[in-house]
Amino acid sequence: MRELSLHILDIAQNSIAALASVIEIRIDENPVQDRLTIQITDNGKGIPEQQLAQATDPFFTSRTTRRVGLGLALLARAAEEAQGGLGIRSKVGTGTKVTATFCHSHIDRAPIGDLAGTMLAIIMLNPTTEVVYHHTYLEKTFCIDTRQIKYELGEIAINHPAVVSWLEEALREGIDDLYGGD
Amino acid sequence: MKSLQELRELRAELEKEISARNGEGKPKIIIGMGTCGIAAGARDILQAVSQEVRKRNLDVITTQTGCIGMCEQEPLIDIQLPGQDRITYGRVTAKDVERIVVEHVVNGHVVEELAIARLEEGGI
Repeated sequence: MRELSLHILDIAQNSIAALASVIEIRIDENPVQDRLTIQITDNGKGIPEQQLAQATDPFFTSRTTRRVGLGLALLARAAEEAQGGLGIRSKVGTGTKVTATFCHSHIDRAPIGDLAGTMLAIIMLNPTTEVVYHHTYLEKTFCIDTRQIKYELGEIAINHPAVVSWLEEALREGIDDLYGGD
Repeated sequence: MKSLQELRELRAELEKEISARNGEGKPKIIIGMGTCGIAAGARDILQAVSQEVRKRNLDVITTQTGCIGMCEQEPLIDIQLPGQDRITYGRVTAKDVERIVVEHVVNGHVVEELAIARLEEGGI
């Protein structure tokens, strides 16, 4: 994967496959302390303890269409290449929390990439899943929660093309403000 | 952040047309979102699909599937028109998307040179 945002999209697919109703994506960037943390938490069915140790093994997968499972293994590799690491905590029936840490300035740290595109993809394709995106850059924070948006929308679907346009602009503006502004 | 007031206005506007948009029998556009699909560019394909849908104001269902075992053919998109076979397109580029949407979704003609599989209606 060329971008960390693509890893996020991929890990969120695990949450969707685990039938999560809420997925929370937290990104905490602090170039001063030189760290970047990406955390994806879901309330899906969780990973059984005996499978947890194998979760980042590319030759282990719970799926049936192929015999390799690369998502977590690729993210672990991306984190390790940037002097960070990957942690997975999970409890069957409660959910899973995947935390990837990176050295922010590391030359091998992949760029974050198109986060707005990733969030839009998750929200658009899974309109019944609630998504929280919480992104901190130094002291600034941008947060979007689909429950609030759905409350405002009433009966209108969150993946209605006109709403998708609004969401795309809201995400792009919010993320731009985070990095730019002053 | 963009104002929620704007979103409320949008809601009021959309509520007027909602009755026309309900009902079964919509074309389905299905995008492969497995690790293989994402690594091959599925997110950009989804963006291209979404833009075409908005540009042409199409009433379709855009949804996703996981890895179906044809990783080497990703990115994959499937089109299923109501009552017709489900067609899989492989190694789709953002440029192909417009053609697939116009020729297949809008006009109902399968783009044979990009199609790689056909699943009979009713089959899974």
